[in-house]
Amino acid sequence: MKVLVPVKRVLDANVAVRVKADGSGVDLANLKMSMNPFDEIAVEEAIKLKEAGIAAEIVAVSIGPAQAQDTLRTALAMGADSAILVKTDETIEPLAVAKILKSIVDQQAPDLVIMGKQAIDDDSNQTAQMLAALLGWPQATFASKVVIADGKASVTREVDGGLETLELDLPAVISTDLRLNVPRYASLPNVMKAKKKPLEEIDAASLGISLAPTLRVISTARPPERKPGVMVGSVAELVDKLRNEARII
Amino acid sequence: MSILVLAEHDNSALSPATARTVAAALAIGGTIDVLVAGADCGAVADAAARLDGVARVRVADDAAFAHQLAEPVSELVVHLAGDYGHILAPATTTGKSVLPRVAALLDVMQVSDITAVKGPKAFERPVYAGAALQTVEATADTVVVTVRISAFDAVAETGAAPIEPVAFTPAAPKARFVSREAAASEGPELANARIVVSGGRALGSQEQFNAIIKPLADKLGAAIGASRAAVDSGYAPNDWQVGQTGKVVAPDLYVAVGISGAIQHLAGMKNAKVIVAIDKDPDAPIFKLADYGLVGDLFELVPELTESL
Ligand SMILES: Cc1cc2nc3c(=O)[nH]c(=O)nc-3n(C[C@H](O)[C@H](O)[C@H](O)COP(=O)(O)OP(=O)(O)OC[C@H]3O[C@@H](n4cnc5c(N)ncnc54)[C@H](O)[C@@H]3O)c2cc1C
Repeated sequence: MKVLVPVKRVLDANVAVRVKADGSGVDLANLKMSMNPFDEIAVEEAIKLKEAGIAAEIVAVSIGPAQAQDTLRTALAMGADSAILVKTDETIEPLAVAKILKSIVDQQAPDLVIMGKQAIDDDSNQTAQMLAALLGWPQATFASKVVIADGKASVTREVDGGLETLELDLPAVISTDLRLNVPRYASLPNVMKAKKKPLEEIDAASLGISLAPTLRVISTARPPERKPGVMVGSVAELVDKLRNEARII
Repeated sequence: MSILVLAEHDNSALSPATARTVAAALAIGGTIDVLVAGADCGAVADAAARLDGVARVRVADDAAFAHQLAEPVSELVVHLAGDYGHILAPATTTGKSVLPRVAALLDVMQVSDITAVKGPKAFERPVYAGAALQTVEATADTVVVTVRISAFDAVAETGAAPIEPVAFTPAAPKARFVSREAAASEGPELANARIVVSGGRALGSQEQFNAIIKPLADKLGAAIGASRAAVDSGYAPNDWQVGQTGKVVAPDLYVAVGISGAIQHLAGMKNAKVIVAIDKDPDAPIFKLADYGLVGDLFELVPELTESL
């Protein structure tokens, strides 16, 4: 079985976000970029399937600038077999990302696509679902457990109100939630080995897909600040404030 | 201009998320239809018909929609989409699963998780875990939107809209429902509660979480939430996670107990009206946001607080 894992290069989760003063966006200059945390979980899950003898081959794919090679090398160092960079310097919307991924799926013919449920920059939570729809494949979003057997995927999902288990015919698209696994760190020898693994580059413009954004970003602003609070010295003072100042209890 | 709102429900009751999504539709302006896709869901359609501002309820009552799986429901919505300029769903786990499929099949972008309506096609939405607010305008003819329900107040229930059946048979399913495990929940629902008490990693175990957090929540009539660390450690079910990738709540009162205040947690609660933080570390980032901060050992302070209410 072949597994395709899309990965995105994003601002590292531990870096403080700075909104540009002119409202034109978020300042990413010289800041640490990393693989989207949900995508790390997707890579880990694919490797687990390979270690269990279920997956034979893992292909990582990223859409982005030349620096997204680093993200792909991380996936290779974790255990992916080969990588594809669909190169573009433009900001690509989730719909166009899904279309590009569809063309990669058409070419690679994986049995399973595992990807993050959302990217922590744009927080859109839609690419996996869009890809599944464009392919006419079934989907299981927000996976916290994946079992593959007999050409089917049994996926437990984190949903409002608890957990839900679905059975999907393969091929299928699965999106990962936080509790699916704990991603491994790439060991130094594996980082070295990853440098020799195949990384193919494709020019996004060559795919014949419209990459022009269809949502116009009017402004990007800092959220309003909360007014400063106070420290209280005791439980009694807290209760008094809640009753008589905030009048909330 | 017509707007279709996908109802959130469990076949027997309409979720308050729907009334909040209708409020977002009212802010856009236009004739509002609610679509109820389910099985034996007549009571849900009746409840949807009572929502103010709703012109018509369309009901697809069919075993194929019993579990509201994304594949059949998105086919149904696409089948009806020609009648509408906007398609809205609450940003619940169901809405988030269904609507991007609809958008892709209509070849349009989805505007995810909006927190305000700025114009007929312009919306505000948080990005980067709420560290920035983006205003975006859709350019396509059909505008597909998921709505952050904590950002809109529910419409009232004094209406009496007509209910019309929709006949549609989706393709044979490639995804099948197997089972559902409900998280233990007494008390109010987290997403709609007036007061939320949340516990973090500091609680140390499921037993202590229940022994410390639950009595305070009970006293306050509050729903219980948790940080990711508390959920990952098994102190609380996944459904209780508040944050960027969990639930977003905006209650009148949010009490954070032993939660440091990582940006991913703040993303889920920083719009609460009043925030109380109890933590032993005076430098914990949660105190920068709290209206009332109390420094000390939660294992002493929280029982004392519960006792004094
Ligand atoms: C992609 C991604 C998504 C994420 N999504 C979410 C999300 O949706 N929600 C979320 O919550 N997190 C999320 N996180 C995790 C987040 O970054 C933090 O790791 C998490 O919120 C920390 O939880 P905590 O505050 O309970 O634990 P900690 O940060 O460990 O804080 C524990 C606090 O308890 C205090 N404490 C310890 N003992 C006591 C005591 N006896 N009495 C009083 N105080 C005490 C400590 O001083 C400390 O402030 C996400 C992270 C990533 C990378």
